[in-house]
Amino acid sequence: MKRTILKLEKVTKHFNVGKFNSVARLHAIDEIDFEVRESEILALVGESGSGKSTIARILAGIYEPTSGSIIFEGESLRQIDRRKIRGLMPLVFQDPFSSINPVFKVGHGINRTLKLHRADLTKPARLELAVQLLEKVGLTPGEAVMQRYPHELSGGQRQRLGFAQSLASNPKLILADEPVSMLDVSIRIGLLNLMRRLRDVDKVSILYITHDLASARYIADRMLVLYAGQIVEEGGSEEVVASPLHPYTNLLMSTAPDPRLPFVELENKGDLGEPPKVINPKPGCRFAPRCPLVMDICHESDPKLLSISATRRVACFAVKA
Amino acid sequence: MSQPILQVRNLKVEYATPDGSACAVNEVSFELAAGEFLAIVGESGCGKSTLLFAIAQLLSSPAEVTGGSVLFNGVDMTSLSDEELRNLRWKDISVVMQSAMNALNPILTIGAQLTDTCRAHTDWTEAQIAARSLEVLSMVSIDAVHLNSYAFQLSGGMRQRAMIAMALLLNPKLIIMDEPTSALDVVAQRSLMSQIQVLRKKLGFSVIFVTHDMNVVSHFSDRLAVMYAGQIVELGKTQEVFLHPKHPYSMGLMEAFPALKGERKDLVGIPGNPPSLVARLHGCYFAPRCDKVQAICTTEIPPINDTDSNLSRCHFLNFENGHN
Repeated sequence: MKRTILKLEKVTKHFNVGKFNSVARLHAIDEIDFEVRESEILALVGESGSGKSTIARILAGIYEPTSGSIIFEGESLRQIDRRKIRGLMPLVFQDPFSSINPVFKVGHGINRTLKLHRADLTKPARLELAVQLLEKVGLTPGEAVMQRYPHELSGGQRQRLGFAQSLASNPKLILADEPVSMLDVSIRIGLLNLMRRLRDVDKVSILYITHDLASARYIADRMLVLYAGQIVEEGGSEEVVASPLHPYTNLLMSTAPDPRLPFVELENKGDLGEPPKVINPKPGCRFAPRCPLVMDICHESDPKLLSISATRRVACFAVKA
Repeated sequence: MSQPILQVRNLKVEYATPDGSACAVNEVSFELAAGEFLAIVGESGCGKSTLLFAIAQLLSSPAEVTGGSVLFNGVDMTSLSDEELRNLRWKDISVVMQSAMNALNPILTIGAQLTDTCRAHTDWTEAQIAARSLEVLSMVSIDAVHLNSYAFQLSGGMRQRAMIAMALLLNPKLIIMDEPTSALDVVAQRSLMSQIQVLRKKLGFSVIFVTHDMNVVSHFSDRLAVMYAGQIVELGKTQEVFLHPKHPYSMGLMEAFPALKGERKDLVGIPGNPPSLVARLHGCYFAPRCDKVQAICTTEIPPINDTDSNLSRCHFLNFENGHN
């Protein structure tokens, strides 16, 4: 089994909402625990509001968790300097048009990362490495690309630049928050292949945050399905897609359109509902209002995330081990 | 086949830019039958939204229709005055815009916006307007209490459905939809698509649906048009285009997204980027990215091949045998 590099234990983040004396607490994520292993792609799959970006922001040190512990390479994340965290776990953002500083040339961003996180390098070594990084992500010829401004790059090229910048600090893990969702279909697959190559050749782990099950299956080794701030299912990406256990995963699977498959008419043709905003929740499964398998117990207590095999966990009363 | 409701003939739209004119819609022709669902897919910048705006006559400077015609029920839309267009809008043609959050007025309630439309286009009484507003909201399964809600109080899916309710107000014959699902999650997307389908079958309107995500329309549209660099490169029955694409660009697109079921194949996508619309390329616009490119492709404009199943704009009709 591969070595664990990042471990989250009961990580919770609540936000105060409403007026300053309000007691309303939005539960963005509740008791999240999972681990990321060496050179693997772990997909976090969920709809908007499921808490997937909150997890990325906590890992990147942008938010402080309300409770829980995060261990990176045997060291608590709280003990590590913020700036150092950015180098250990760099973030690639969703929107390639607003995440790169438009007034500096491409070379600037990479060079700056190298200056901050690779102080051992001399200036010529930095330049050489920057060119290598650009070419590694498919931006060739590296020297020429360094001299360009971000507006001269297409969306796909900018996102590649995002990966080159994150690689500059020589990280073990890259947090990729919906890195392909803003790109055109014909460009997307190139980025997905790049992520696979980074894992296979450079042995970098990637936490791939997405709402697209098909792309998660394409690149990820393992998959976590999030609903309303909780993990509802975990497993190898192939096994989750082949035999989803949680009714929410089933809903996601049945609504994802695939032209290669025959059309499946859903029983419920009307509104399929939307994930709840979890404010001061009562006990009970958060998916219960939309669940076709709902039972009395689902409204009374929280389903626990239980292991049902060596690789799979699921939080549902209707699933028997 | 009955008389088509919409005929677009050799339509050409150009944008004046400092570097010369950019041809965003280049000699596009198609017909739409009453009650038909036509999907138009393409990458960003391929001219699909410009085409919609040209059909609805919503273009403003620096974009201009420089050739061709848009016949709606036999009347050329490009020759109508503003007043004549105003009479046509909503009663005959309505438009659902891409981002519902930006298209709805943030400081008016949904009910007030529905009323606004009715006042501008009909001489209905208050009671008639109220009754019709309730009716259209219930068609898209939004509760009547939301007549008094503001856009920010609705979820993304509900906002998009409110937009569709508004488009339905005066029972139009054609609804033009510009990426209505792209801001929604998969589950909400599916609800919206099913709902459009149910309403279309019930009310009989035609739909032109533009999207960059062709998976969304795969099981809902009757015909599918693939746009590339301002041209329709392939047009045919949706399933036919998905299963047996004729144009190399459509073939590339069909191979560019991963599947949920079946074998996990390695995919390659389409290398390169779409061409600038300002530079006039010779021959086929897709040639620089095409993996099947031949000498003729860079010198001569490809003909439009009309087979029983679909139209494609390529020098070669059949890649399986003969041409290599």
